[in-house]
Amino acid sequence: MRDFITQQWWLLVVIVASLAPLVARFVSKGVLSTLRTLDRRWIFLLMAWAVLVPIYYIGVTGQTFPEVPSALARATFDEIEKLREGDPILLSFDYDPGTEGELSPMATAFVKHAAEKNLKMYFMALWPIAPQMIDNATDKVIKADYPNLVYGWDYVNLGYKSGYEAVIKVIVTNLRELYTTDSRGTALQDIPMMQGIENIQQMKLIIEVSSGYPGTKEWVQYGVTPFPDRIRLVAGTTGVQATTLYPYIPGQLAGLLGAIKGAAEYEKLVIDKYGGPHPDPKYLDALRRMGPQLVAHLLIILLIAVANILFFLDKRQEARR
Amino acid sequence: MKRESLVWMAIMLIGATALVGRAAFTSKGMGRQYVHAVSGPDGQIRQYEPATQAEYQRAVVANPNQTEYQLSMPRTIGLWVAAFFTLAIFSFLYRDNPFYRIAEAMLVGVSAAYWMVVGFWDVLVPNLLGKIWPALVQSWAMPGLSGPEAARNLWYIAPLLLGIMLLWRLSPKGAWIARWPLAFVIGTTAGLRMIGFLHGDFLAQIRSSIVPLVVITTSAFDPWQSLRNLIVVSAVLCSLVYFFFSFEHTGVVGKAARVGMWVLMITFGASFGYTVMGRIALLAIRIEFLLDDWLWLIDPIHRRAVAIGFRIALGF
Repeated sequence: MRDFITQQWWLLVVIVASLAPLVARFVSKGVLSTLRTLDRRWIFLLMAWAVLVPIYYIGVTGQTFPEVPSALARATFDEIEKLREGDPILLSFDYDPGTEGELSPMATAFVKHAAEKNLKMYFMALWPIAPQMIDNATDKVIKADYPNLVYGWDYVNLGYKSGYEAVIKVIVTNLRELYTTDSRGTALQDIPMMQGIENIQQMKLIIEVSSGYPGTKEWVQYGVTPFPDRIRLVAGTTGVQATTLYPYIPGQLAGLLGAIKGAAEYEKLVIDKYGGPHPDPKYLDALRRMGPQLVAHLLIILLIAVANILFFLDKRQEARR
Repeated sequence: MKRESLVWMAIMLIGATALVGRAAFTSKGMGRQYVHAVSGPDGQIRQYEPATQAEYQRAVVANPNQTEYQLSMPRTIGLWVAAFFTLAIFSFLYRDNPFYRIAEAMLVGVSAAYWMVVGFWDVLVPNLLGKIWPALVQSWAMPGLSGPEAARNLWYIAPLLLGIMLLWRLSPKGAWIARWPLAFVIGTTAGLRMIGFLHGDFLAQIRSSIVPLVVITTSAFDPWQSLRNLIVVSAVLCSLVYFFFSFEHTGVVGKAARVGMWVLMITFGASFGYTVMGRIALLAIRIEFLLDDWLWLIDPIHRRAVAIGFRIALGF
């Protein structure tokens, strides 16, 4: 840390300079008075620094925070781990650039895990921009690090279909009713790994990376619930919808990664087993992003505490009057 | 000019000068994108794929006249435009301004156009036109459309007619025609979702809540699982009591409702915590984009570190 501060002194100067007017106000008008009338833009600035500084620190030093996998992350990992080489899995990537920060580390880790296990990967999307997310994940993992995996034989991108939950409802019993070609326009009959695949009940596992509607909830309702003995589902979701999905565990949802924390836990499990002694940093995205999470959460806790203290102080003053 | 505007203009000018200076006149550089030419078996370039600066530097060191790795001007411009729009959206945190409004209008326009194009090529062409006129679609748009999936299916004339009827809404006369397909869509969606919720949520959740309060495993009594089940069942019942307004919330009912309220509060707190985590993650990736992809201040996944190492080793 000392070396970092010595070498990156300019960052400290910029932070101090940007906050100098606030400090000056604290001194001239008093702490309580300033806090009572604090402009929300100062909070935005504090939050920006709380996120930027850890990103910069981790980016320069390469350090990450230790992570202990929870039972849910372990359950997700185990579901993929128990599959055998060549088992077909469906990866439905239902998110867009708006939630890429939270979900792309999960998508990357899922693809790496599946590639390591040599599973047959069938990608699809219920969001129009999600095919690009599939391409990002396959370029980053399969094309870069697993050149032995061949498109059409080991993985295929079926692309996007509109229709929300209706798509799930149809492909559960007849995949070819909706999908006539893959995302590149190749007929399904010309894709070797599509031979004999009629519906998604034939998949050993469905991995859903979900940002909202349609997403994990719809996969539970229209995929898993009608066929509880044939379809197993694990999901990686945004924090916003994670709490709404907990009731489905474990009956309808075998594993769940909630937000960047879940991604970091799963990433650790994958890297510990398949990352080798010097894991490629591109597989540590979520672990790196836990740094800004820590500092930003501390700031929010501090702000909530300060706001509550001010509230009770004001209430007491009013009572005295 | 107001003092505030003057200060902001000065900050922007200093920032722009620093950016141009760093990008053009320093050895570190910033905001450039490279591509790698992928050739086919005939030696012709088939496509360009993204490459890192490290790969580009390595190729230049190995052969200064190489053309396989190149600086990509379109991608570089795209990167700078993305950085500009990121900052433009962030600027709303200070105050509404023209830059923010340009970025917002751009997002809405591009999204609408993108949805339309994707809907046409990924859905209408293969799933509607391709089912009714497979030969035409194969010769015109999808040469890969073949096999049993490409067989003509005239049932798809029904959704085509419904679609045309829906578009009738735009006509000055006979707008009522659009109500028929709309009624079909609403009825189908309502039925589909009702079954989904009844089956997947209502019944399944009742079944999941019926758990033994005393858990006996093969060997002995499991106190932790029993306690967990007890908490789940109590929380469900108390939360239900909270929404039970036929009785006054006094006595036992009042106490149960109060516990239910606490359970709900804890749930809202957990949701809020998760939401905060999500929003910080979104902010983090944009800042990471600015610091890493654009400004080249950090290099967490070593896209340029190798290049810097090469430069140091070769003394330039």
